Amino acid sequence: MVKIEAIIKPFVLEQVKEALNSIGVTGLTVTEVRGFGRQKGHREIYRGAEYLVEFQPKIKVETVVPEERTDVVVETILKAARTGKIGDGKIFVYPLTQVIRIRTGERGETAI
Amino acid sequence: MDSGDTAFMLIATALVMLMTPGLALFYGGLVRSKNVLATMMQSFICLGVVSILWVVFGYSLAFGPDKGGVIGGLDWAFLRSVGTEPGPYAATIPHLVFSAFQLMFAIITPALITGAFAERMKFSGFLLFTVLWTTLVYFPVCHWVWGGGWLGKLGALDFAGGTVIHINSGVAALASALVVGKRRGYRKEPFQPHSLPLTVLGAGLLWFGWFGFNAGSALTAGAVAGVAFFNTQVATGAAAVAWITAEWIKIGKPTTLGAASGAVAGLVAVTPAAGFVGPVPALVIGLLAGFFCYGAVLAKEKLGYDDALDVVGIHGVGGLWGALATGLFASTVYNAAGADGLFYGNPKQLLIQAVGALAAIVYSFVLSWVLLKVTGAVTGLRVPEEDEVQGLDQTQHSETGYVL
Repeated sequence: MVKIEAIIKPFVLEQVKEALNSIGVTGLTVTEVRGFGRQKGHREIYRGAEYLVEFQPKIKVETVVPEERTDVVVETILKAARTGKIGDGKIFVYPLTQVIRIRTGERGETAI
Repeated sequence: MDSGDTAFMLIATALVMLMTPGLALFYGGLVRSKNVLATMMQSFICLGVVSILWVVFGYSLAFGPDKGGVIGGLDWAFLRSVGTEPGPYAATIPHLVFSAFQLMFAIITPALITGAFAERMKFSGFLLFTVLWTTLVYFPVCHWVWGGGWLGKLGALDFAGGTVIHINSGVAALASALVVGKRRGYRKEPFQPHSLPLTVLGAGLLWFGWFGFNAGSALTAGAVAGVAFFNTQVATGAAAVAWITAEWIKIGKPTTLGAASGAVAGLVAVTPAAGFVGPVPALVIGLLAGFFCYGAVLAKEKLGYDDALDVVGIHGVGGLWGALATGLFASTVYNAAGADGLFYGNPKQLLIQAVGALAAIVYSFVLSWVLLKVTGAVTGLRVPEEDEVQGLDQTQHSETGYVL
């Protein structure tokens, strides 16, 4: 099993969710996060004071899938989240040792 | 006694009361979320502290029988002889109603200053300074202009408190920013306002309450109240538009905070003029207030003092402009009890206005400076650096503004 974590632009969340739904990904966790990469920050001005706000708002999407589905899920996210402009985000893939469904106690892929 | 006037003044008084919670929202939205409660508290609790001062000796010092043109005596302490019959200031309403109306002005004035030392002042220091300042600066200056003191006798026009309230608090704010010092991280960290919706709501409540402030200052429900009401609206709207126009030219974007700030600048500037000028001059006063106050706020960045919420730029500069503009535009066509200004053939009025403003500036600055030093020696002014980082809500009040 793998955990796939994607940092994406907030406005593509809806299409990423639809795309993952359509290939049968059954669960997602979404978090509002802030951070910076190559895009760096943006300027905000309050009355006379100008600030560089370094952390950009992004969405972190997390999902867990069987290892053999890694490529198709990654491709799906890539296609749905790519605008071609700086700040599109990143995808991280982690090996996962265990998944447990709290309600039934099932373990492994049946618990995904 | 007139029941219509009394009803009008009771409503106007309640409207002015609402300005202080409005100010709490206006200021509260501008600070970081860790300081939202402490900032709102510094406005809100003035509703309590100043009410007590007012009954015990405040009304008497401000409006009691004149002593040498500088202060009212203690003859009316504990509101002795202030009752249900009309007093000397308003012939058609109970004396207590006039006193209640004036109390609301005394409450909001020290609350305005708190924007200057926001996000770093100890609550105990704030309380002591507020008691001292209200007693030794607000009550005397109020007496000079409205309580039978020397500025009123000189002929200074201040319809609803441009000098008494806005120059006075704006100058005290400058002294506060200088004596209390900069916030930790000033110009290094972004001090983003944590909730501009609160600030815009606060500006809206201030605008609404200000109709009571300005129209109510006529003290009767008549023509002058109507003039003041109308002028309040047009000057404020014009100032909001002027501010965002200046921003649009300067930084390329009109901001919501600019609209709210401009509105307050317009309210401040029209305050001394409201019942003395016509509607077209009011429009001009508002437009220029938006430009002047925006310029003053930009100048602060260059001068480098940390007046956190721009009390100097908006209330000090807006109040000064309003006081002088009254000397330019005042016309007895709109208020026979007023005077004509420079543009209506009476240049002397402008001079009188300048004298009034200068007196308030010098007196308020010197006294505020001394009182801040006294407060610093007694309770201290600033919270410890660690508490400033953690935020005043937790360290001064053991509370959190927002819980997830």
